[in-house]
Amino acid sequence: MMKRAKALFLGLLSPSSLLLAGSVSAESATRQLNMPRGVTEVSQAAYDIHMIMIWICTVIGVLVFGFMFYVMYAHRKSRGVTAANFHENLVVEILWTIIPALILIVMAVPATTALLKVYDTGNPDIDIKVTGYQWKWQYEYIGEGVKFMSELRTSQDEIYGRAPKGEHYLREVTQPLVIPTNKKVRFLITGNDVIHSWWVPDFGVKRDAVPGLFTAAWAKTDQPGTYVGECTELCGLGHAFMPVVVEVKEEAEYEEWLAGKKEEAALYASTIGKQWTFDELMVKGEEVYGRSCAGCHQANGEGIAGVFPALKDSPIALGPAEGHIGILIEGVAGSSMQSFAEQLSEVEIAAVVHYERNAWGNDVGDIVQPIDVLNFKQSQ
Amino acid sequence: MAHGPSQNFFSRWLFSTNHKDIGTLYLWFSFAMFLLGGFFAMVIRAELFQPGMQLIKPEFFVQMTTMHGLVMVFGAIMPAFVGLANWMIPMMIGAPDMALPRMNNLSFWILPFAFTMLTATLFMEGGGPNFGWTFYAPLSTTYAPDTVNYFIFGVHMMGASSIMGSINIIATVMNMRAPGMTYMKMPLFVWTWVITAFLLVAVMPVLAGAVTMMLMDINFGTSFFDAAGGGDPVLFQHVFWFFGHPEVYIIILPAFGVVSQIIPTFSRKPLFGYSSMVYATASIAFLSFIVWAHHMFTVGMPIAGELYFMYATMLIAVPTGVKVFNWITTMYKGALTFETPMLFSIAFVILFTFGGFTGMMLSIAAADTQYHDTYFVVAHFHYVMVAGAVFSGTAAVYYWLPKWCGRMYDETMGKVQFWIAFIAFNITFMPQHFLGLAGMPRRYSDYGLQFADWNMVSSIGAFLYGGAQLLFLYNVIRTIGWGKPIDDPQVWEGAVGLEWTVPTPAPFHTFSTPPVVK
Repeated sequence: MMKRAKALFLGLLSPSSLLLAGSVSAESATRQLNMPRGVTEVSQAAYDIHMIMIWICTVIGVLVFGFMFYVMYAHRKSRGVTAANFHENLVVEILWTIIPALILIVMAVPATTALLKVYDTGNPDIDIKVTGYQWKWQYEYIGEGVKFMSELRTSQDEIYGRAPKGEHYLREVTQPLVIPTNKKVRFLITGNDVIHSWWVPDFGVKRDAVPGLFTAAWAKTDQPGTYVGECTELCGLGHAFMPVVVEVKEEAEYEEWLAGKKEEAALYASTIGKQWTFDELMVKGEEVYGRSCAGCHQANGEGIAGVFPALKDSPIALGPAEGHIGILIEGVAGSSMQSFAEQLSEVEIAAVVHYERNAWGNDVGDIVQPIDVLNFKQSQ
Repeated sequence: MAHGPSQNFFSRWLFSTNHKDIGTLYLWFSFAMFLLGGFFAMVIRAELFQPGMQLIKPEFFVQMTTMHGLVMVFGAIMPAFVGLANWMIPMMIGAPDMALPRMNNLSFWILPFAFTMLTATLFMEGGGPNFGWTFYAPLSTTYAPDTVNYFIFGVHMMGASSIMGSINIIATVMNMRAPGMTYMKMPLFVWTWVITAFLLVAVMPVLAGAVTMMLMDINFGTSFFDAAGGGDPVLFQHVFWFFGHPEVYIIILPAFGVVSQIIPTFSRKPLFGYSSMVYATASIAFLSFIVWAHHMFTVGMPIAGELYFMYATMLIAVPTGVKVFNWITTMYKGALTFETPMLFSIAFVILFTFGGFTGMMLSIAAADTQYHDTYFVVAHFHYVMVAGAVFSGTAAVYYWLPKWCGRMYDETMGKVQFWIAFIAFNITFMPQHFLGLAGMPRRYSDYGLQFADWNMVSSIGAFLYGGAQLLFLYNVIRTIGWGKPIDDPQVWEGAVGLEWTVPTPAPFHTFSTPPVVK
């Protein structure tokens, strides 16, 4: 702790940490004090108007506070001054109303131009649908048949201090969103359950993910790299645990990646009929459970009394498999148990159902296969 | 001469209709809530001291942020200023009491019950409210714990209390001014409170409407805020902020009033522009009704709406600037002394102006895309709420306490408290600007390693700031019990106004015969 405190004070003294020193790249953001300048037209416009505002405020602040400190020094009673008795002066009062108004009008011009850029969402090259879930993001490449969930990869052990925190603590996901350079990408953002907000600081993109509505934002950059963002609308207890990670790849690389994803989807569809063993399902199920269920139902399956029901010894987990699958596919209306039909694959649902039926002392002993889940879905 | 207070402790405080006793009740209640809300803040800062979850679980963390906001806004700051209004408005306008004394009693005694109920939810199955003090639907409806119904009822009770308190203040000021006390002769504290009271009467019913719609959505199958049933989650935000934005001025306008009383006293010079201060207050109140959606710049409004709310919001800088310039020119060529109330008032002017600067930055919609819902916003509103409302409330207590109890507080201890509070406040909240700009969202129970340093600094500042409040409590209790007795009605050399013409300590009944104001 001392070492960090020392580094902090040294950092404060070094010129690079001055408030106005400008942007720091996403990777070396540890000592960052200012807004990142980012890599898109929108983020740079936001940064520029931010800096204009800082300078205007600095100048006004120096003048106003400077005068105030002069008064506090010069007109102290202890210096033997006697108070004057004047008040009201029409000219002064009109001036200090009109001058700020004029400054505001001057500020409004760049502010309007910058805002027009934010809203310039027309004519995209690529459309990506972004859906906020409690507590993960889903990305769908519209018209490409590619769709996946992006979830926090940091382990519960790291979060609860049972394992050392990695370099990318809370800034790493299972699958980042991938976009190409030099293409205008439009994000169509919506929410599945509560309101989330999708933020990538380096793109200057922050739009609320409201269930039932779509909001739009866009990004176009020529700088490949990994850009990390966050969910910025309170969405429940996992709010801090659903980061946004975007990888910008050169166009050719992106095409290759996209082709790979399509192939993966095709391959998955062809292997859905595979028979899994008991132990394979347990291993896979535990992994899925840790990612998607433990946030509410807890790692020990005991839930939180009064909010999230226990799965251990629960009649659903010990009852017929069909009912258990049904809960995951359909969710429970009016509760925070949402439908996982779109969030998890058939394999994942099968594995997690199987796991829940055979972990923590639950001992149903049956095997739930992906094909059972598919059959259930098709029978709907 | 009229009767004194009842000798029986319970009948004196439970059944009181005396504006001074009720003022005292409000002030002690609000301080208790301030300590409770402060305790929640300490829990939050302790958890955020280091990355990782150490002390509490994320679900309890969100309850803490929610309860901290609710208790501070509705339990600490608002009742504190109602308490000051109760004590001071009758004495400032030469009235014997408030116009509606029994309603005054009721409006106070609702509050302890409302907050007991709200706080009790923390111990219930499902836990307390966990959707932020702004309680956006559907997190606060479909996805809320069952205890949300207690929260809704609590908000209704607070609203009823506020509306009654406001009507009382309006009735008092309109009907009970001493002969010759025209509107444009009223002290600024009275002016800011009348305007605040009108804001309260206008927007508290809107809040009540919002929570009633929630209640219907949760329990009676309506879909006001559910898109699947034809409603709209964004509607909730519009309704909430139509209340919420005037609410922030409800909190700050009486603080403006306090500072406008204190600065002339310790400058020994009249307020520079009395009438322009009144007009500026009224303009701010008007503007507060037409800027609400600047809290929703990222919600995906059409660009025309966004531009309108941006321009309207920027306008607020003009009347606010007028106020700041007035305070400073009041000090100009005065004969300044720096007693504790003056120190807190000067800190108010500086730090509130700083919060105004960040407010202006936040009004720029394109930049707000980056600031929105980050610690930059948290820093901004703590500069205006804590360094604004809380500092001015503290200044008011030190300023009027000698008049209330006839004893002088310990000046050295007051100054020590001020300097600890001032420094600790800035250690707490200045780094939060950096955290926000660097990308840390608000209401996060845990954060990436790049935010570790400033969070630690901020937490240390918060603990210090919390400690300074205990010093404040001690100083106030010591003054009331053992302070040096004084009997000068004037108390402060430069003080002007009717409240300084009555004896010190202020007797139980003042102005039974109205004074004549020339």
